[in-house]
Amino acid sequence: MSDVSANAVGFVRTETVPQSAPPSNAAGPAKWVKDNLFAGVGNSILTILAFIAIYLILAKIMPWILNGVWDAPTLSACREVLDGATGGCFAVISERWNQLLFGFKYPSDLYWRPALAFAMLFLAAAPVLFFDLPRKLLVFTGLYPFIAFWLIWGGPVYYPIMALVGFVVAFKVFERLEKQNFALALGAGVLGAAIVWYLGTMIGPDDAARKAGSLFAAGLEPVPSRDLGGFMLNMMLGVTCVSLSLPLGIALALGRQSSMPFIKYICVIFIEFIRGVPLITLLFVASVMLSYFFPPGTGVDLFIRVVIMITLFSAAYIAEVIRGGLAALPKGQYEAADSLGLNYAQATRLIILPQALKISIPGIVNIAVGLFKDTTLVSVISMFDIVGMIRGPILASTDWNGVYWELFSFAAVLFFVVCYGISQYSQWLERRLATDHR
Amino acid sequence: MTIMTDPPKGAFRLSMLLNDTRYRSLTLQVIAAIVLALAIFYLANNVVSNLTRLGLNINFAFLGAPAGYDINQRLIEYTSQSTNLRAAFVGILNTLLVAFLACIMATIFGVLAGVLRLSNNWLVSKLMAFYVEIFRNIPVLIWILIIFGIMTVVLPGPRAFRGEDAEASMFLGISAFTNRGVYLPGPEFSRIFGETGILSAGIGWLVALAVLVGSFFGARTVNKRATRIQEATGVRPATMLTNLAIWFLPIIAFFIITGLSFEIPELKGFNFKGGIKVGAPLIAIWFALSIYTGAFIAENVRAGIQAVSKGQTEAAGALGIRPGRIMSLIVLPQAMRVIIPPLISQYLNITKNSSLAILVGYADVTATLGGITLNQTGRAIECIVLLMLFYLIISLSISAVVNVYNNTIKLKER
Repeated sequence: MSDVSANAVGFVRTETVPQSAPPSNAAGPAKWVKDNLFAGVGNSILTILAFIAIYLILAKIMPWILNGVWDAPTLSACREVLDGATGGCFAVISERWNQLLFGFKYPSDLYWRPALAFAMLFLAAAPVLFFDLPRKLLVFTGLYPFIAFWLIWGGPVYYPIMALVGFVVAFKVFERLEKQNFALALGAGVLGAAIVWYLGTMIGPDDAARKAGSLFAAGLEPVPSRDLGGFMLNMMLGVTCVSLSLPLGIALALGRQSSMPFIKYICVIFIEFIRGVPLITLLFVASVMLSYFFPPGTGVDLFIRVVIMITLFSAAYIAEVIRGGLAALPKGQYEAADSLGLNYAQATRLIILPQALKISIPGIVNIAVGLFKDTTLVSVISMFDIVGMIRGPILASTDWNGVYWELFSFAAVLFFVVCYGISQYSQWLERRLATDHR
Repeated sequence: MTIMTDPPKGAFRLSMLLNDTRYRSLTLQVIAAIVLALAIFYLANNVVSNLTRLGLNINFAFLGAPAGYDINQRLIEYTSQSTNLRAAFVGILNTLLVAFLACIMATIFGVLAGVLRLSNNWLVSKLMAFYVEIFRNIPVLIWILIIFGIMTVVLPGPRAFRGEDAEASMFLGISAFTNRGVYLPGPEFSRIFGETGILSAGIGWLVALAVLVGSFFGARTVNKRATRIQEATGVRPATMLTNLAIWFLPIIAFFIITGLSFEIPELKGFNFKGGIKVGAPLIAIWFALSIYTGAFIAENVRAGIQAVSKGQTEAAGALGIRPGRIMSLIVLPQAMRVIIPPLISQYLNITKNSSLAILVGYADVTATLGGITLNQTGRAIECIVLLMLFYLIISLSISAVVNVYNNTIKLKER
């Protein structure tokens, strides 16, 4: 061992070797391409196939989009402009823009009303979607349904105000009695609202008062709901049905988890029945059968009948998602709430639901997106939503008979933007609400 | 030591019905039952008074009356003189047919896209993500209409196939893709079943299927024997050739014995004749459903594979198992537990969404029973109730199967 001493070594490097750059194929873009696109034979073949597929798709679509005609009165005029070249006749979208968005019967001088309601939707939805915003904005969210109803349907301002007063009375009564007994407070609130609405309709404006122009009748020009259409109808159905079905879904989910067998089985039967049939049969029910269930002589609007059926439909699905959330909560949470002496209503509201709903957010958003897409099904029962508009009045008109792809692409883009936006929001929310350490 | 005493037994007071937890749930249930009964009574009363006002009644006799309309796509004999009930059966079979076809194809699309989305290849995984996002976020209704548009607008009419220098030519000379549908060579078993026709070909295929099932069991026996020998001696006998023989020899022999031949579709008059016609509506709904649901299945498959913890793969690697066998022996069996339940619920969705076939004129049960029959007879309540009953039976039986499956594969921990 003593041979190998420091003195015996002829050469000792005293400074570090300068770092040399990695070989060109092991750094930078070249390495990335090699690792991610051409790692191995199979991988390279896949890459080439993918390139071919992308080329084929783009070669078909790009000339069609880039060469598109955006300004022409009819399809034949558009074909003349194109003069045999490949290109889309997007002129149909600009020419029929209002019909695609609002339907073909909504009075054109009143388009500002649904447009305003749509703009206000963002304001109303913002405090619900983003918790950092001031909580006071929720007041506007509460007012929004009444404002939007009044803007879209018009009519005397008296009715939405009366409906609002009913809800306010119900809330006040509920708030006062809540400390004593939850169920009692709920019942009293419902009763209070019912009384307000009953009195309100009793003294409401009749046709004579409306003609005379009394204070009651002041309002906007009414628009019957069969005149609604276009993408507006999809948005209205989607927003209304999702917001209505959420409370109903929570109630159904709690009912299904209940220890009371009668309530439990009613909920199970309802949920399984609704989930077992396609939405289209429920829409058939709405269009031809549901009116039999109302008292004779009350011609309930088709829009309301459709809202009822779609709400029941999505409530059943949301109930299943929330039931999953309830089942995923550790049993300790329920037991802890019990040991604190909370009763069922308190435990559910303060301990169980906040956690269960948080777990269920992705599922609920999935259902909401699915529901929004399913609102296109109303075109089957001859309501003129965006698909109904395209298949009906627009494709049937002599001007635009045969513009297939442009119109459906437009509808597809609209739906994609909304649905993709919602799903991105839900992913953000999941990250935001994640409290576990990962 | 404490002495347990019963709580004092006070006399029963009425307020205990609400305040005593022993009675409260009973009270609430009784109230719920009363409310429900009142609601049902109210609705039933409305229905009865509405029906009497309109002079209608509930009666299923219309099912026996002649339907009076034609159905193009049908699996069983049907004429316009057949009964409404038979029309409904034609529709049910069509629904099941398109659901079955779409389930198979959606699984293929979904598994391919799901696996490829996890691929190391950046381009391919991005392409698959694009496919999934595009198809998941656009309503299936629009996809059905778009694919139906491709079928009817882009493909040439039968006329284009006529003449010496025809605009369109038959694919490989044996099948024609027209805007009325796709015409494929139709198989015939001339030697045994004699005359041609759907029925004899059907029986022929059933026998062929039986032969294949027999081969399956034969191959399984051989493989089991091989496994037994391997477990006993450590050496696995070569089974590949035997397996190939078991799979292919019987079916080829069957085809030769029965004289399988193909009838090539020919242009006669204004349309193609002979062979198998797959109508444009069927293809539209089939493809649209499979490509749309495939995107959802892809996400399920991806979630399932990602749900298997990485430690499993690494442990298998540490044991020296090769990558391919890690996938088939370790990862996939565990991923299946996560994949299969949502997969079956996607199959259920396909079955329910096949009711959208009514949009493109495919005669499924919604289009026959819930569409034409309903409109012709005006028996809305009866038709819709029967329609819902059909879908309910399908859904509930599939759910029952899922429940059984879930119970068998449940992790038995404690």
